[in-house]
Amino acid sequence: MSELRELYQEMILDHGRHPRNFGVLPHANYHKEGFNPLCGDKISLYLCEKAGVVEDVGFDGCGCAISMASASLMTEAIKGKTTQEAARLFTDFHVLVTGLPVEDMTRLGKLVVFSGVAAYPVRVKCAILAWHVLQALLKNDAATVSTE
Amino acid sequence: MISEMAKLDPYIVRADFPILQIQNRGKPLIYLDTSASAQKPHQVIDAIQHYYTHQHANIHRGVYELSEQATQVFEGVRHQVKSFINAQHAEEIIFVRGTTEAINLVAHSYGRSRFQPGDEIVVSVMEHHSNIVPWQMVGEVTGAVLRVIPMADTGELDLDAYRQLLTARTKLIAVTHISNVLGTINPIKEITALAHAQQIPVLVDGAQAAPFFPVDVQALDCDFYAFSSHKMYGPTGVGVLYGKKALLETMPPYQGGGDMIETVSFAKTTYAKLPNKFEAGTPNIAAVVGLGAAIRYLQILGMENIASHEQELLHYATEQLQAIAGLRIFGTAKHKAGVIAFVVDDIHPHDIATVLDHAGIAVRAGHHCAMPLMERLHVPATVRVSLGLYNTREEIDQLMVGLQQVKRLFG
Ligand SMILES: Cc1ncc(COP(=O)(O)O)c(C=O)c1O
Repeated sequence: MSELRELYQEMILDHGRHPRNFGVLPHANYHKEGFNPLCGDKISLYLCEKAGVVEDVGFDGCGCAISMASASLMTEAIKGKTTQEAARLFTDFHVLVTGLPVEDMTRLGKLVVFSGVAAYPVRVKCAILAWHVLQALLKNDAATVSTE
Repeated sequence: MISEMAKLDPYIVRADFPILQIQNRGKPLIYLDTSASAQKPHQVIDAIQHYYTHQHANIHRGVYELSEQATQVFEGVRHQVKSFINAQHAEEIIFVRGTTEAINLVAHSYGRSRFQPGDEIVVSVMEHHSNIVPWQMVGEVTGAVLRVIPMADTGELDLDAYRQLLTARTKLIAVTHISNVLGTINPIKEITALAHAQQIPVLVDGAQAAPFFPVDVQALDCDFYAFSSHKMYGPTGVGVLYGKKALLETMPPYQGGGDMIETVSFAKTTYAKLPNKFEAGTPNIAAVVGLGAAIRYLQILGMENIASHEQELLHYATEQLQAIAGLRIFGTAKHKAGVIAFVVDDIHPHDIATVLDHAGIAVRAGHHCAMPLMERLHVPATVRVSLGLYNTREEIDQLMVGLQQVKRLFG
């Protein structure tokens, strides 16, 4: 059970059950969808950006506890940040969940709860889905995001 | 080595499977994903090793003894398969890569040469993608379209609706014998009888049925029957297309190359007779040898015994699972094989599978290559437990312990 608890930390279970910033943002100026065809996970991300700052962000969709918690914690992490900071967080998060050494853990803040995912290669896609959607949205990539 | 037995004892047969002696995440492996691919007894592994050590040469080519021997071994398996499914002729057995390739062969060879715009191919709502996509692909080329047999909430096909779908436009029926998600055993005899009354041929996807119970293609009276070695405790990389001889003879080749020709010149090539016409290139000889060993193994155990063991275990597992609050099983057909798809509350199947994996239990979570069926069931994914001849009641008890843990963690 203890190893499992590394993966499913209390914060992940909590955000999985009660995702924050959940729902459509009517005033969003960016919207993007992403899929994980392997699991059927689906996420829509809504973002209000003004002068290079993420003023507001929300998401909806369905998926496993990891993907929902990841989207929820991501929205918390990037709200109020510049889009550049958000892009850098994506890089840090990617390094974290793929098990590589993270340069500066403090930048990740709460997101470090996802460190346990690295031990489950098939679950990395669940954790990274929302972030891929964010990255594509920031890059203004027209195609729907797929983890495959 | 196992001997002929009246009732299958999973504790005895387990000893034949080397992989069941290893650990999964530090726990004894509890393998409940046989529908995806079955584990292999040492008899199969040894046969492949023996073949490469003592018998390998290319087949149908050398005049030397070794090649002749390899050819004999290879062709011997064709006869084994023939009697395993009770085909009338050995040349009705075509070796392919698996069920998927078998269906693609029929779609390309039979479908492309016969379907016209507006023709209809009837499939069921519970098909695996491999019995949907090849027909869509051939439809794109020929203009033929898919029609779908619906099912009841129990997971049983709606035969009245099926009857109504049969018209002058219907050119082929393609249905699964056993659903890899619901476990439903479909009434193939009835389905073929109704189709044949209107001269419509029937292809049966036997991927889940061949390892589960005795299959008699003459009794079923199907025109094509497709299955995979790896799901019947044999090696990956080989499978079988059975086709009625008269039908296969009228069909153009699927792939061109060596072994499938009679004579080749730049002006004109004539094709070999059955079954070689459909077996271009050097086949996976070693896998065919392994399939032969798997069939021998299954026949020693007895397909009837395998079916009743899995049926018994299915009832036990279903009863146990139903006792878990919030657990919902998909597929409650009267005639059902050892497959149980379910969800628990609104816990995502992947989270369930990860927790079970921790307990050493391998189950499948996802759409099981049946996305249209998931849509019909109104779920994006399910957990699937599937049973093999080596599974025991104790393993089901362990599954229950694992699921209690899931409930504790996510409840
Ligand atoms: C019902 C059914 N049909 C077809 C297939 C495809 O078999 P294969 O991947 O061996 O070609 C499977 C296996 O996943 C199956 O369960």
